[in-house]
Amino acid sequence: MDRSSPLALEVTDLTVAYAEKAVLWDIDLAVPSGTLMAIIGPNGAGKTTLIKAILGLLKPAAGQVLLAGKGYDQQRQKVAYVPQRGSVDWDFPASVLDVVMMGRYGDLGWFRRPGKRERHLAMSSLVEVGLEDYADRQIGQLSGGQQQRVLLARALVQEADIYFMDEPFQGVDAATERAIISLLQALRGRNKTVIAVYHDLQTVAEYFDWVTLLNVRRIASGPVAEVFTEANLRLTYGGRIGFVEGISQATGTAGAAEP
Amino acid sequence: MNLTELLDDLLFDYTLRTVALGTAIVGIVSGVLGSYALLRKQSLLGDAISHAALPGVVLAFMITRSYGSIVLMAGALVSGVLATLLILAVVRSTRIKEDSALGIALSVFFGLGLMLLTVTQRMPGARQASLERFLFGQAATLVVADVIAMGVLAVVAVGLVMLLWKEFKLVSFDTEFASSLGFPARALEVALTTLLVVAIVVGLQAVGVILMSALVVAPGAAARQWTDRFGVMVFLAGAFGGFSGVAGAALSSTGSGLSTGPVIVLVVSLITVVSMLLAPNRGLVWNWVRQLRQRRQFRIETVLVDLLALSQQHESIDYGHTVEAIHAMNRGRRGEARTLRSLQEKGLVTSRPGGRWSMTEAGIVEARRILEATGEIPDPGPLPIGQVRVTPS
Repeated sequence: MDRSSPLALEVTDLTVAYAEKAVLWDIDLAVPSGTLMAIIGPNGAGKTTLIKAILGLLKPAAGQVLLAGKGYDQQRQKVAYVPQRGSVDWDFPASVLDVVMMGRYGDLGWFRRPGKRERHLAMSSLVEVGLEDYADRQIGQLSGGQQQRVLLARALVQEADIYFMDEPFQGVDAATERAIISLLQALRGRNKTVIAVYHDLQTVAEYFDWVTLLNVRRIASGPVAEVFTEANLRLTYGGRIGFVEGISQATGTAGAAEP
Repeated sequence: MNLTELLDDLLFDYTLRTVALGTAIVGIVSGVLGSYALLRKQSLLGDAISHAALPGVVLAFMITRSYGSIVLMAGALVSGVLATLLILAVVRSTRIKEDSALGIALSVFFGLGLMLLTVTQRMPGARQASLERFLFGQAATLVVADVIAMGVLAVVAVGLVMLLWKEFKLVSFDTEFASSLGFPARALEVALTTLLVVAIVVGLQAVGVILMSALVVAPGAAARQWTDRFGVMVFLAGAFGGFSGVAGAALSSTGSGLSTGPVIVLVVSLITVVSMLLAPNRGLVWNWVRQLRQRRQFRIETVLVDLLALSQQHESIDYGHTVEAIHAMNRGRRGEARTLRSLQEKGLVTSRPGGRWSMTEAGIVEARRILEATGEIPDPGPLPIGQVRVTPS
């Protein structure tokens, strides 16, 4: 990693437009490495678009993205991506192990087929997410939470430095959510950076150490203690102030909402 | 004609062997590429492309005045690719959805093809029949040169699929993930679609533009029923397609006067129907059997639970209950007598004199287990189960 730039992700003036309507407007982000960052914001705020634009899956109208100081094309091997669960055809004839091995395809490069080494790496990342007993299952025969963990294992097997996850907790029960979070925290412990689209405002402070509040524009981005404030939430979520007040009370008395 | 004679002809009759080889190639290549189309939800694209190939065939003839299969295939290829590009352009630049765009391209190109076909009728020295064979296909007209041309295209197409196996699998499953890994997903998708056009072009002369889409869709759909593995599916689809090709050629050669293309399509459709019905796990028949079994299990459980509720209204576990009383607990239900007999076989109920039934202790334990499993009584404590002197083992 470039020592003069300890930032894992640096986004400057990123603007994305669909049919001339801006869905992301002039976004600046600076995320240090070894950070667990949540991207939060209302529906249509551009959270998924932000991740896709950073990964070059969408062409931005303007702006620059640097990953550990370099462009995405040069850093591809160090970046892993977990798409939304709904973006994948779960009826596809593939086993859990097949899908996880796809995480190795980038390193394999053109034409080379996955072999013993890839199989072994995929198995050990399945162990990490607790799905080793399901390796031979067709992916459609899993619960939603298990499918989410398959996508997570596919990202883990990429052995990246920075992980982008689009709603990794969608349809996941409380126990699995905690298991995934401790996995992400373990990644952070190894100085990896995890950036996840997240929805549950109650647990942002508990799980993450950085947060970006997004609603087409960047409302705020920084350490949770500094930017996860009622004023910023109000700016992000607009008129639904009652809702936001309820949340800020809940974050004030952390743990009170536990069942 | 019996089977040995048919096999004998397939191997040693020159004409039939040529035709069968040609139709086998058609079946294999369309089965393999059709699998990808199916998994990428592009089956309808196959239909549009094959219809759209017709004007290319006729124009190629009008320009070159040649009936050579390479020339006509090239024409088909060009107009198939043009139609695909048109569909993409329409979807991207207008508000028309993909299904409508497919319909538009199909009818515009096919209509143009039919019109050009009538024009060639008036051309001096044109043998109309030679072009009309592209409508319904005429495998009997295949000669060695045709089969060689088809074989070369098929080897290239299937060879590319083998070479780019991992890449095509990845892009078919998760396009965006493929691009995030650095693979040119768009180019790979274009390559797959182009290979689909090639597969269709290979089959046009034997099967015809109208029936070709069946050979693209059916083998993959049948293969998917039998396996959950990608490689096995693609292989099976090729095998089903190839078998249908050979079987169609052989059957239509028996002097029945049936033309080969439709017979091939009938064979592959039969394979598909059988696969839909009988394949384990996904087959309709097995689903149906599973449902029956579940329904029976459900009946057994509800009768047992109802009997428990009845027992709790009486002092003794040995009190016998009538079938009518059990029926009254759930009026929509039928066949209680049979259900009770199978419960008796399991030792969960016993019959009492006068056609009455009561639960055994094992039955009570089982009924409580069912209730707890379904979560109907999160806390079985307050139920008066203690009154019936249950002593769980």
